[in-house]
Amino acid sequence: MADAQTLEIRDLGIGVGQHSVVDGVDFSIGRGEIVALVGESGSGKSLTALAIMGLLSGSVHQTGGTATLEGEVLDLGNDAAMQKLRGTSLSMIFQEPVASLNPLLSVGAQVAESLIVHGRATRREAWDRAVEMLRDLGIPAPEQRARQLPSELSGGMCQRVMIASALIAAPRLLIADEPTTALDVTIQAQILDLMRRLRDETKTSVLIITHDMGVVASIADRVCVMYGGRIVEQAEVHALFAAPRHPYTKLLLATIPRLDGARKTELFSISGTVPDLSAWPEGCRFRTRCPLASDQCATRPPLGPVAGGEGHVTACWHSDRVEDLV
Amino acid sequence: MSALTTTWRRLFWPQASGGVPVGVFVAILAALVIIAIFAPLIAPYNPDSQNLMGRLKPPGTEARGTYYLLGSDELGRDLLSRVIYGARVSLSVAFLSVVLSGAVGITLGMLAGYRGGWVEMVVMRLVDIFLSIPAILLAIIMVSVLGPGFANVVLVLALTRWPRYARVAYGQTLAVSNQPYVRLAKAMGAGPLRVLFLHILPNILAPLAVVATLEFGLMVLFEAGLSFLGLGVQPPTASWGAMLSVGRNYVSTAWWIATFPGLCLFLLVLSVNLIGDRLSAYLNPKSR
Repeated sequence: MADAQTLEIRDLGIGVGQHSVVDGVDFSIGRGEIVALVGESGSGKSLTALAIMGLLSGSVHQTGGTATLEGEVLDLGNDAAMQKLRGTSLSMIFQEPVASLNPLLSVGAQVAESLIVHGRATRREAWDRAVEMLRDLGIPAPEQRARQLPSELSGGMCQRVMIASALIAAPRLLIADEPTTALDVTIQAQILDLMRRLRDETKTSVLIITHDMGVVASIADRVCVMYGGRIVEQAEVHALFAAPRHPYTKLLLATIPRLDGARKTELFSISGTVPDLSAWPEGCRFRTRCPLASDQCATRPPLGPVAGGEGHVTACWHSDRVEDLV
Repeated sequence: MSALTTTWRRLFWPQASGGVPVGVFVAILAALVIIAIFAPLIAPYNPDSQNLMGRLKPPGTEARGTYYLLGSDELGRDLLSRVIYGARVSLSVAFLSVVLSGAVGITLGMLAGYRGGWVEMVVMRLVDIFLSIPAILLAIIMVSVLGPGFANVVLVLALTRWPRYARVAYGQTLAVSNQPYVRLAKAMGAGPLRVLFLHILPNILAPLAVVATLEFGLMVLFEAGLSFLGLGVQPPTASWGAMLSVGRNYVSTAWWIATFPGLCLFLLVLSVNLIGDRLSAYLNPKSR
């Protein structure tokens, strides 16, 4: 099991100034596996991703934990060391595909970037491979497209360009931070198809960050649910949707409107809002909003296995009562 | 194609506000640049050859086989030739000092904005200190220490003027470093130098071009001022500032000595500043 993991994160902690925003995050991604990191804004999912890339900056810093990529420990705080891995071993794509491309640089040059940066190819070879990559990703007339500027391409095409630039050096892990949020639904489906196909063909592991449960259901093998900078539940995707064992997951899934649900009733929502960074409660961080909360919740619940579910873990003292919620 | 033509039209033609088309000033500047480059071919006489029998001749007179179109100076040198050669000094000092101070200022400003921390602290406080001292005063002091001459004037102007570029480059770098495309470039493994010069610099060049244009006009004036005070290019090399300084003594008897170099100086600085104004209006979408 251990050597099969592409990425292993142990006890990752991230702080902003004095405050802890990500606390004790553990998860791993197997070879060719697609893992989704789910949570609402401010749950720390994007920071977790940036930390893995070694791209935390400013007042945001890692406070603890380790990451290993195929058994090798990553020196996350060492920018020079991480720079060598970025683009080649680890790659990342972002939301806002259009804004994520340099407006003054041709699309082809940006796809070829990581090959050139890491000296993997001459300019000419890199350009040819960039054109091939664009063709592979279904961009028509890639020779012409490669010479254009990002402003001449549509949002969906820019997202393909970004994926092409992330994958051209065949990284072992691709991190996708809300890759489909800015795209319309049909393009969204195409991009997800594309990512699934790439995983099948190249066995690239993927960490996809999203708050869209539809995206999770259609692409992920496994899901980590984050709340308040901690992973509260982790399970194989079908198990999570069928039988969530953390109140937050259960309520989150209940907020999704259903076509077969009762009409003309108010849509369900989780009461309260995410507390401010400085005001996290002791123990379980969800307890101020949780209908199952009891005195026991003032002690932090460990992420423990769920009875009967293989690889299904949850951090709740009352996981056996979650089913009856809602 | 048509988008490009409208772009050019908007840049070169006056807005609804009216006024002289900026193309006129571009033409004046271009003419002065051409005159400066081809001075030896254009000037009718050697600007330094004296003719003591032809001193202080008014424009349009002839003396001992020399036709003084713009008159002659106190040593009988042809004023037209001296004005033409003077353009070389003005333009080359301004150009070189803008390039030098721009290179230093932009590099330091980008570094301060990108790196932050103590680099930012040191560079930006240095900028504040420099900007708090009147630039011409600083330049005069530095030339007095280093001694006059072409190279020293360029060096001194570059040393006194880099903070302007640094401040603009710093602010722009701060804004652009947070752009998603800079983050993506880093995620692709681009190092700091590549990020700075390939991904940030091209995207902050527009406001810096405006600063450089306005600074160019200022540098022409600084050079003229230093030469006027005798701290610039040394005689007998023709310089508009030095010619003004000499012409001041003869202004009641030989008005032309100060008038023509002054007129050239006026036209050059006016053209450059108006081009800079138009450029900044064009590049700033809010004022469009």
